[in-house]
Amino acid sequence: MKMRKKGEIRFGEHLTHTGQVLRSGMTSGPGIFWVTFFLLGPLLWIGVISFMTRGESGGYERPFTFENYTRFAGWGFFGYDLLYPQIILRSLVLGAGTAILCMLAALPLAFFIAGLPPKHKNLALTLVLIPFWTNLLIRTYAWQILLAPESPLTWLFVKLHLVAEGTSLYPGTMAVYIGMICDYLPFLVLPLYSSVEKIDWSIAEAASDLGADSPRVFWHAILPQVTPGLVAGIILVLIPATGQFVIPDLLGGAKVQMLGNVIQQQFGPSRDWPFGSAISFIGMGVVLLGLWGYAKAAGEKGGDLL
Amino acid sequence: MATDTPAVEVENLVRQFGEMRALDDVSVTIRKGEFFSLLGPSGCGKTTLLRIIGGLDIADAGIVRINGVDATEIPCHKRPINTVFQSYALFPHMTVRDNIGFGLRMKKVSKPDIEERVKRVLDMVQITKLADRKPTQLSGGQKQRVALARAIVNEPQVLLLDEPLGALDLKLRKELQIELLNIQRRVGITFIYVTHDQEEALVMSDRIAVMRIGKIEQMGEAEDLYENPSTRFVSGFLGSCNLFDATVKQRSATGAVVSTPAGELRVEFGANPPAATKNEKFTVAIRPEKVSLCAPGECAGENRIKVKVKELIYIGSETHYVLQAGPQTITTEAMNTKVGWQGFDIGADAVAYLPAAGLLVLDD
Repeated sequence: MKMRKKGEIRFGEHLTHTGQVLRSGMTSGPGIFWVTFFLLGPLLWIGVISFMTRGESGGYERPFTFENYTRFAGWGFFGYDLLYPQIILRSLVLGAGTAILCMLAALPLAFFIAGLPPKHKNLALTLVLIPFWTNLLIRTYAWQILLAPESPLTWLFVKLHLVAEGTSLYPGTMAVYIGMICDYLPFLVLPLYSSVEKIDWSIAEAASDLGADSPRVFWHAILPQVTPGLVAGIILVLIPATGQFVIPDLLGGAKVQMLGNVIQQQFGPSRDWPFGSAISFIGMGVVLLGLWGYAKAAGEKGGDLL
Repeated sequence: MATDTPAVEVENLVRQFGEMRALDDVSVTIRKGEFFSLLGPSGCGKTTLLRIIGGLDIADAGIVRINGVDATEIPCHKRPINTVFQSYALFPHMTVRDNIGFGLRMKKVSKPDIEERVKRVLDMVQITKLADRKPTQLSGGQKQRVALARAIVNEPQVLLLDEPLGALDLKLRKELQIELLNIQRRVGITFIYVTHDQEEALVMSDRIAVMRIGKIEQMGEAEDLYENPSTRFVSGFLGSCNLFDATVKQRSATGAVVSTPAGELRVEFGANPPAATKNEKFTVAIRPEKVSLCAPGECAGENRIKVKVKELIYIGSETHYVLQAGPQTITTEAMNTKVGWQGFDIGADAVAYLPAAGLLVLDD
């Protein structure tokens, strides 16, 4: 009996090995090229630089050293100083705080939008996205004006006894968080919304039928269903929010340094590329460590949380 | 098994969805320990009625009593009732064991107790081996068993089942029907079972309520409903029926002689004689299997109609005939009890016998 020529059947047709390589190369090739040469390559280079020494007039040169990392951990010219660990901690607090506040705001919002009649859903989603149409700096400056002592908003806050007479939210921590939430909320709302849309409400009914009151129905039957979207959204907010420094500078009064400022400063005015690279790597490492820890915890719980 | 207090009583329930009245003044009493079926086509309100009893929906008017206590205002999670959902609605992130234990955990039953009861129920529905799987790793029939176990482990007063076998194939459905029935007998819980499958309802139920557009059309034991349907709808929904438009020629208190398109027939009235007097109309019906066929000249007497065999469907143990009697078609089912083919061929002349006792008088 004559057998058909060898080769895998893919998408209903015979493809030789070369054909397959060619096809995958043509489709995913550009993406792989882009990621390799414009992301992985430079990142690796930064990694190498972070172990080098600052040149006399900037730049980087040998010898290789761990000094940049020990300096970050606190051993500097003037003895032990916790300046940099404090900065990274401050940035993480800002990132986590923003993520938590965004989550608290996004949960009801996503459920509200999902519950709207179909023709209003798109309008609501567009409204969520509208802040993106304005440049970040302009939005942030707008908040400066809105939260300034003489603004109507501040007047309203004073009348509501949220702010003491004669003071204002700007500059201050509250103003920073207002700006951050305004900036990052859509990143959490959109993935969360797509999860909420897919909720199987009969599971919530089953929980209620089995004796769960409303909070427990939410906790046991609804939250697990939106967890994938919620986790995706939190990651999308947490990572960029940790590196954010424009908003804390402009709305917080530029009194404290964030991870972002420090890195920018090292590559800019200080011209210390190796130290800047080390800080970048440490920041990235901390975030990756956090995500890994989460994935591990989720895996142990048997959940498909990621 | 039945005691004085009914398991569930609903009185004058009304439920309106926009323009549509899903339940229109429905009242029904379900006895303790009973296997009660709500049967009807889709959209007849049977699921709505079930959801209102379970507390997943709230009636616009009317009262629900559970064990004699007014439960109309009691929220779903506080009712001594559990539901087996049509879509199973298992918690996807929990194992089979955790799914089944959920209700007990909500009731704060102690851990060893939960373990013990879950184990017993797993055993009862024969899924002990699947206890550590997730719902996505189960087949339809297995999911069905988990859904059932998750409900009965709570030992509810009443178990509601919303077309639980609807998504399964015929063979599995028949197996599970028997199993479900055995479990119900064993645990003694009142079952309220929603289905659109008339055979399923006949096989399983102690009593059946046939529903149509928001109302209960007829209620009774399976045999009673089949033998004495009171309306055209019930006669056609439970089994099939030959229907004749009849005009009264003569009538007494217990019977009448009527003229139909097929010929003249004598009818005996049952418990509910119709109001129609001479020259007025009603519907006369007969089940196909009550009609018998004989060769011309072999039988004579009343209620015998000359027919021609129009179609025959041979299905082994039985032969179904479609007969033509003037403008009227009559269907009949005959058991093939004789050895060899001794039935009637297509086009053959025959005589159909419609016994007066088998003729039913129906409301429209």
